[in-house]
Amino acid sequence: MSVFVAILSRLAKAALTLLAIAVLNFCLLHAAPGDPAVVLAGEAGAADEQMIAQLRERFGLDQPFYIQLAKYVGGVAQLDLGYSFRQNAPVIDLIAERLPATLLLTLTAFVISLVLGIALGVAAAARVGKPQDSLLTTLALLFYATPLYWAALMAVLVFSVWLGWLPGFGYETVGADYTGLARVIDILKHLILPALTLGLFFMAVYMRMTRASMLEVSTADFVKTAKAKGLSGRVIRRRHILRNAILPVVTLAGLQAGQLVGGAVLTETVFAWPGIGRLMFESLAARDYNTILGVFLVSAAMVILFNIVTDIVYRLVDPRIGARA
Amino acid sequence: MWKRFRSNIGAVIGVVLLVLVIAIAIFAPLIFANSPWQMVQRPFLAPFTMDGLPLGTDTLGRDVAAQLAYGARVSLLVGLVSTLVALLIGVPLGALAGFYGGYVDEGAMRFTEFFQTIPNFALAIVLVAIFEPTLASITLAIAIVSWPPVARLVRAEVMSVRKREFVDAATLAGLSKPRILVRQVLPNTVSPIIVMASLMVATAILLESSLSFLGLGDPNAMSWGYMIGAARTVIRSSWWLSFFPGVAIIITVLALNLIGEGLNDALNPHLSRKGKA
Repeated sequence: MSVFVAILSRLAKAALTLLAIAVLNFCLLHAAPGDPAVVLAGEAGAADEQMIAQLRERFGLDQPFYIQLAKYVGGVAQLDLGYSFRQNAPVIDLIAERLPATLLLTLTAFVISLVLGIALGVAAAARVGKPQDSLLTTLALLFYATPLYWAALMAVLVFSVWLGWLPGFGYETVGADYTGLARVIDILKHLILPALTLGLFFMAVYMRMTRASMLEVSTADFVKTAKAKGLSGRVIRRRHILRNAILPVVTLAGLQAGQLVGGAVLTETVFAWPGIGRLMFESLAARDYNTILGVFLVSAAMVILFNIVTDIVYRLVDPRIGARA
Repeated sequence: MWKRFRSNIGAVIGVVLLVLVIAIAIFAPLIFANSPWQMVQRPFLAPFTMDGLPLGTDTLGRDVAAQLAYGARVSLLVGLVSTLVALLIGVPLGALAGFYGGYVDEGAMRFTEFFQTIPNFALAIVLVAIFEPTLASITLAIAIVSWPPVARLVRAEVMSVRKREFVDAATLAGLSKPRILVRQVLPNTVSPIIVMASLMVATAILLESSLSFLGLGDPNAMSWGYMIGAARTVIRSSWWLSFFPGVAIIITVLALNLIGEGLNDALNPHLSRKGKA
């Protein structure tokens, strides 16, 4: 199977998954306690009698279940994720406005966690059994057990409130009206703490994985051959062990992408980062179900996209996969 | 096996910490006379400043130490029950898929894959938000997002066990297929399931605390995530209100992870550690 066909089949699968999530969303809206029309309007008083009657007509809530479902799924296919009565705007607009911030945050965190995780994992594996290894492994265990939102709060407290090194709130300095490079630097400064805290947990995951994978590969026969050839430990680690050890880490990173998107809800909430995670948090308090389900669908789409990208990267890194498939 | 487990220092530390947390959770009403909801002093009392209130009071003047103790109950209960429910979904599904293969396997695995694709924390948020936050809905939501790895693990184990000779022997002895699965195959998959379950309890505790932090906790149950969420706005002036519950979570989750690793090394000494990342 060529790479092209493989990617096409992945896309078809992705479309099917999104369709299934749209159906799930629809079922959830109907499973919510109470009248779906009231649910749609938001519980917190946005609905009066007239509005509910309008909603019932607009969404055809008096029609049979399968027609309602077809209408809903058809709408989603045309990027109609419903209307947020709390914010008085189509959900898709709300999401589109905030998606770039979330992409910036999650991609930065993804890269940081992967690069640092692999680097530290390699360092730990090279010094296995020594104090440095124990220190790194213990730190990884600790990060692994730390709630993301708590780490975020403590980062704000220490680096923003106490030390005053970095901003701990928002996406850019409000009212500063920076332009050009100054604005980019300003945004980067705001990005550091959220991206680091979001990446911390995943860094621990990738570090443990890299370390284990490095140790496992280092017992392989080709490593003995390389040693016998007289190559230095450093060269063997870089060229022979790491290249093979990194593959399961990349696979895992793709699988973990979903967690990253979920973690963004917590990080964005703590740092007031104007992304879709923050949007979801604000919609929770307002019981704005259309927006909550819209963000859910889009975050699932992001995960699928992440997975497809990792899949392609994987095929490029490891030629054996294309040949096998 | 116990020898191996005991010789693992990390695992022993884990057990000691966990026993401590469990003891505090069980004896909370005996240790603390104050209900965690009762206002006992002026608000924002700093820790270590008044006898009887070792960790001070929260934004409403409630005993923080008592809140921590009662919070342990919610964390442990939700962690344990949601893991059991996830096992109840994942084990049968994985066992059927691995044992019968073919269309059963295909269908079960597509279903599992679908749930693995969905960002699990986002799904948990959606479920709890729609069904109203109660201990039951939170527990169920966590179980629903946690079972897929169990199904995959059990499927893989069952597939490898069913090819062994003793299964052929059981077939020749005339045992029915379901009976072979339940009595002969499944008991041989128990140890990796135990390891995974102990790590799942840890993850479930983190998930529960994250949901409570976002305001999706049971309003009638004191939980660590709720405490941190409630103290978030006063972090500049009263940082300890957010700090201590976080430490409680870290200790509990760390203890469970250490136990899980110890069990893994003790039960599956031949396995590498890579499956656990």
